[in-house]
Amino acid sequence: MLRLPPFQYLAPKNLAEAAHMLSQEGERAMLVAGGTDLYPNMKRRQFTPPVLIGLRGIPTFKNISGSAEEGMHIGAGVTLTTLAEHPLLLAHYPALATAAGSVSTPQLRNVGTIGGNLLLDTRCNYYNQTEFWRHSIGYCMKKDGDICLVAPGSPRCWAISSADTAPVLVSLGASVRLVSVRGERIVPVQDLFRDDGIHPYTKATDEILSEVILPSATGWQSVYLKLRRRGSFDFPILGVAVSLSASEDGTVSEVRIVLGAVASYPVVAKDAATLLIGQRLTPETIEAASTSAARRAKPLDNADLTMNYRKQVATVYIRRALSHFLNSNYIK
Amino acid sequence: MSKQEQNRAQPVHPYTIVGTPRAKVDAYAKVTGRAVYADDILLPRMLYGRILRSPHAHARILSIDTSRAKKLPGVLAIITGEDLPQKFGILPSSQDEYALAIDKVRYVGDPVVAIAALDPDILDEAIKLIQVEYELLPALMSIDEALAHPEVKINDEARIGNIHKAVSYEFGEIEAGFAEADYIREDWFYYEGNNHAPLEAHACVAQWEPNPSDPIGGKLTLWTSTQTPHYVHRELSKVLGIPQSHVRVIAPHVGGGFGGKSDPFSHEICASELSRRTGRPVKITCTREEVFLLHRGRHPVKMWIKTGVRRDGSLTAMHFRSFLDGGAYGSYGIASTYYTGALQTVTYTLPCYKFEGMRLFTNKPPCGPKRGHGTTQPRYAVEVHLDKIAFDLGIDPVELRRRNLIEPYSYTVNGLRITSCALGECLDRVVERSGWNSFHADKQIVAAGLHAENGASSAVTTVKRGMGLAASSYICGAGKPIYWNELPHSAVQIRLDRSGGVTVYCGATDIGQGSTSILAYIVAEELGIQIGRIHLQTADTALTPVDLGSYSSRVTFMAGNAAIAAARKLKEQLFQVAAERMQVSPERLYAVNDVIYDEDDPGVTLSFEHAVQFAEARFGALVAAGSYTPPEGIHGDYKGAGVGPSPAYSYSTCVAQVAVDEETGEIVVEKLWLAHDVGQSINPLLVAGQVEGGAYMGYGEAVMEQQIFRKGRHKIPSLLDYKLATTLDTPEIETILVEIPDREGPFGGKEAGQGPLNPVIPAIANAVYNAVGVRVDEVPITSDKVFKALRNQSQGKGMGLQPSPIETPSPWPTRLIKWQPEEHQSAMKRQSDHTSLQEGVL
Amino acid sequence: MRELISLQVNGERREIAVLQHHTLLEVLREDMGLIGTKHGCELGECGACTVLIDGMPVLSCLALPIEVQACDILTIEGLEQNGKLHPLQETFAELGAAQCGYCTPGMLLAGVALLRKHPHPTREQMKEYLAGNLCRCTGYTKIYEAVEVAAQRMSTGEEQPMRPEVEEYHV
Repeated sequence: MLRLPPFQYLAPKNLAEAAHMLSQEGERAMLVAGGTDLYPNMKRRQFTPPVLIGLRGIPTFKNISGSAEEGMHIGAGVTLTTLAEHPLLLAHYPALATAAGSVSTPQLRNVGTIGGNLLLDTRCNYYNQTEFWRHSIGYCMKKDGDICLVAPGSPRCWAISSADTAPVLVSLGASVRLVSVRGERIVPVQDLFRDDGIHPYTKATDEILSEVILPSATGWQSVYLKLRRRGSFDFPILGVAVSLSASEDGTVSEVRIVLGAVASYPVVAKDAATLLIGQRLTPETIEAASTSAARRAKPLDNADLTMNYRKQVATVYIRRALSHFLNSNYIK
Repeated sequence: MSKQEQNRAQPVHPYTIVGTPRAKVDAYAKVTGRAVYADDILLPRMLYGRILRSPHAHARILSIDTSRAKKLPGVLAIITGEDLPQKFGILPSSQDEYALAIDKVRYVGDPVVAIAALDPDILDEAIKLIQVEYELLPALMSIDEALAHPEVKINDEARIGNIHKAVSYEFGEIEAGFAEADYIREDWFYYEGNNHAPLEAHACVAQWEPNPSDPIGGKLTLWTSTQTPHYVHRELSKVLGIPQSHVRVIAPHVGGGFGGKSDPFSHEICASELSRRTGRPVKITCTREEVFLLHRGRHPVKMWIKTGVRRDGSLTAMHFRSFLDGGAYGSYGIASTYYTGALQTVTYTLPCYKFEGMRLFTNKPPCGPKRGHGTTQPRYAVEVHLDKIAFDLGIDPVELRRRNLIEPYSYTVNGLRITSCALGECLDRVVERSGWNSFHADKQIVAAGLHAENGASSAVTTVKRGMGLAASSYICGAGKPIYWNELPHSAVQIRLDRSGGVTVYCGATDIGQGSTSILAYIVAEELGIQIGRIHLQTADTALTPVDLGSYSSRVTFMAGNAAIAAARKLKEQLFQVAAERMQVSPERLYAVNDVIYDEDDPGVTLSFEHAVQFAEARFGALVAAGSYTPPEGIHGDYKGAGVGPSPAYSYSTCVAQVAVDEETGEIVVEKLWLAHDVGQSINPLLVAGQVEGGAYMGYGEAVMEQQIFRKGRHKIPSLLDYKLATTLDTPEIETILVEIPDREGPFGGKEAGQGPLNPVIPAIANAVYNAVGVRVDEVPITSDKVFKALRNQSQGKGMGLQPSPIETPSPWPTRLIKWQPEEHQSAMKRQSDHTSLQEGVL
Repeated sequence: MRELISLQVNGERREIAVLQHHTLLEVLREDMGLIGTKHGCELGECGACTVLIDGMPVLSCLALPIEVQACDILTIEGLEQNGKLHPLQETFAELGAAQCGYCTPGMLLAGVALLRKHPHPTREQMKEYLAGNLCRCTGYTKIYEAVEVAAQRMSTGEEQPMRPEVEEYHV
């Protein structure tokens, strides 16, 4: 049986205490909420932190407040099950409810949190393997090695951003609150990520993601489509999140198309969005935008199914995501 | 009501217990968490063991340094290859494995060092302290590479290059057969192979009990998650050098096997040796990754078929070639090779048949038997190939099959004896229940309609539906044992206690299929008692008489017949004393529900308990044994005729309905209809469970599970990346049981564990073609392949996705065996008729 | 170093010395002798180790005992009350929903949670709710049937075994 490596477990009672512990322990410590991403990685020795700081005991982490009109505040420790079933999200931020509800399995969603999903470690099928397997192949630069096994000539790591909620939150224009002993800051979710498979987050090591802030949903619609082989368990091998607001005549006033699982960060297809702004959604404008957006998808051979396939169906998935608004009578 | 009246009142079958759905005897243990599996066993002073495995696909071992690990506190024993130098293997003809590698490793995962320590945390540390120095050798990772590089010798068992086994047969006159054909078609197919993935990983606990007064030094007990305690018993004894009399192998509850727990394994031998060395119990539980490395899964097979057919659809000749990717060791591979060719003749009548098969060694985990052992791949290929022929000839695929059905109670061209066969009924039922005819009629109308509109309607969906069909057959137990000898294949002992308790002893191993329950039902039916009073002792080589194991779908048929034979002996004794007591002749007695009745005067009775007491007083302790050996005369008289024969064959048909997205290639299998000829259900609930499980597993093999190797290693050895179908994927399954009793099966019963899987894969493949008009001639049929096939078609690059042919070695590297069935068959038929009349079980 | 913690398992609170890095699965099986909870992958990829924590299905292979000290933990051993089986246990046995039995404890606990949430679940609800429990034997069909019959019995208080229409299997 695969076992966790030994560690010391700290259980802060509030955010200030957690921030303090994190600053004291420094690089030795890792934060854990649900543990559904971290513990498997620890069992495979991707991480062997001497100290774990468990965030479950912090009551404010589970808070949800606000409204669709004003925007919402979601504690980082809110479980994916709670999000998937939340009536306000289902009605006004449906893409987020869909994404949260599509993560892995009911058991994982009962424990996994929005904060944890957003900060999911990037994935690669050369990296998410046991210690034995990685030793066998000679390790990769993301952990214990010095080359990228997906693209051996490449100077960088190509591990994939695989969180379902990440592209959705970027498309919604959401922000996160980061707290440390140095103070706190609010950062757009988009800026939380960087194009680096090894260090995919801009969050400082002493910062704690305490909540997700959703902007007002008034005038916005959203959708999330996910490609994977099975109906559960599987991470996305392509995620398409679109948020859209249209004026009364049906012309698109704002739209954000964000692709998940095509790079080390959620990819915002700006050019495609520009093509739609000021236009009505028609099969033709949708096709043009989809083709444009799909050019941003550059999958490699490090996830399920062939990379050519994942590249080629991106157009279809983006088109279907945009067409969703046509079908749902997007002028409200 | 007399027995005769009861029979008339129940026209389906005349049994009290057999044929009625009921809970398994171990169901309550399983639903309450009481059932004990190998890893659940915790013994006092127990140590934990682990195996260090090769990180290289092919390498010479230069040195092994365990000194640092030995010094780690809590490490109690470390062993390497030289400590266990005796070779072993499941087949006597493939003794090519070491418990721990000697000189060379042949795949990533080959066992090298075994350690025992106080707890698993210490094992984690200790294993890192072991230094093994390797010299890398070229690794061959495919059939083509193995053929292309005979100079890289993977396994010394291969006589020529890396060819483990090559066979060549011609039955009847093949050239004449093709000459009679109006149409001849050739196709290549590839079946990628896959893992059994039982939910329970392999695990065992070994306990050596020293006895200085015994020259052997003590006795060994091994609890292990196995399908074949008997063969583990043999091989443990051989490798450890302990007589079989001093070794006891027990299979506790087994959390699924599907063929993956049919071999003797390194971890079983190592745990035993570590226990002997430390004098303490040792447990080794494999990780999920190790299950993929132990493997013994379905062989990747590339196949070529050439078939001749008359205009009316009747088959005139078939030539079949198979190339098996065997992995690094033999396992059951020789049998697997024969099985890829042996049963082609059992489903449809072939007037002549040529078969050439070849198994190659590669630097991958060894392949072996998985549900449908060796027959699943050719069944897929043949059924898709026939579908293409039907399309080419413009014949309905159902009609084509119907025209070629094998005859019940006949002999095949390769000399196999067929007994009962309800394949025609299975076809009728599955066609009727699935609405096959109306589906295809509607589809034609829709197609015509779309054509008329030029497909321009905005309502046109990208999802296309299709229906496909396939048929298959499977053995009810291998007709020959692994070690050819005169001994029974299965034996049952029954002990009647004066308290009225009945204990049934049998080596048969319940891996979830319900074999222990089947023993109880059969004994209860035969003795006319309630199931509740039966105690069952199974799968324990010290307590139970040998049953060869849960492989080749043999247990119901063979252990069932052995149980009937044992129970009849006791029944005779009981009836003898009861007849005297009741003052009627024994012929007038019948027993049901713990009571013995006078058939002519049911008011005259004797309770089972009393009958047992009178019988014990008369005969002494009441113990009886029965055994089963398959009949002679069920196969040809050529070398290699031992693989394929079976006392009976089951038949199955499947219709699959799929929905395929033309834009993305995504496949949804919406429903499977599966008709299975089971002879007679002993418990229809369990039979339906086997059919549904087979349908599910076939579905997974058809569209989900990929066994891919990359850079010399298993690409995805985890349950996240190796895709087992979930509730959200698995299609609706409709089961149809066809019951036409077999003359020799227990109460007419035949197998259900493996056969129903076989038609599922080709039915789905044919349905995908029916839906979108492209063929993906390799399994699994995944969305990326369908997508590519559709692209190929739209770009005018052929009809789909075909595997690359293998350059066939010329001449075929083994002597051709030619065999003519006629004379042999007429002689055998006479003998067989005699057998079934005189000695038939029922 | 072991730490003394307190766990409420199957209604019984017990103090137990555990290693902090041992998972709930390991502590249940190895330290508390509750071997009814199984494991098929140890990485959250199969569902065999499912237990109920405060009524919710959770994977014990990815839970730390130290994190669930304040919770109610239910394992398969606690589903039976004073020798009386939960209706779903009965129907699993009667209707053949347990073949090898290895996914059964986890599947039963997920099923019990399902029936609490949806007393009369549709097939779709069953599929959604049981999507985290792999079964390699049954093809899930018999599991759905067992859930359906258990739901009927729980709503009607029916004690008599209801058997499936076996005739439908026959020609």
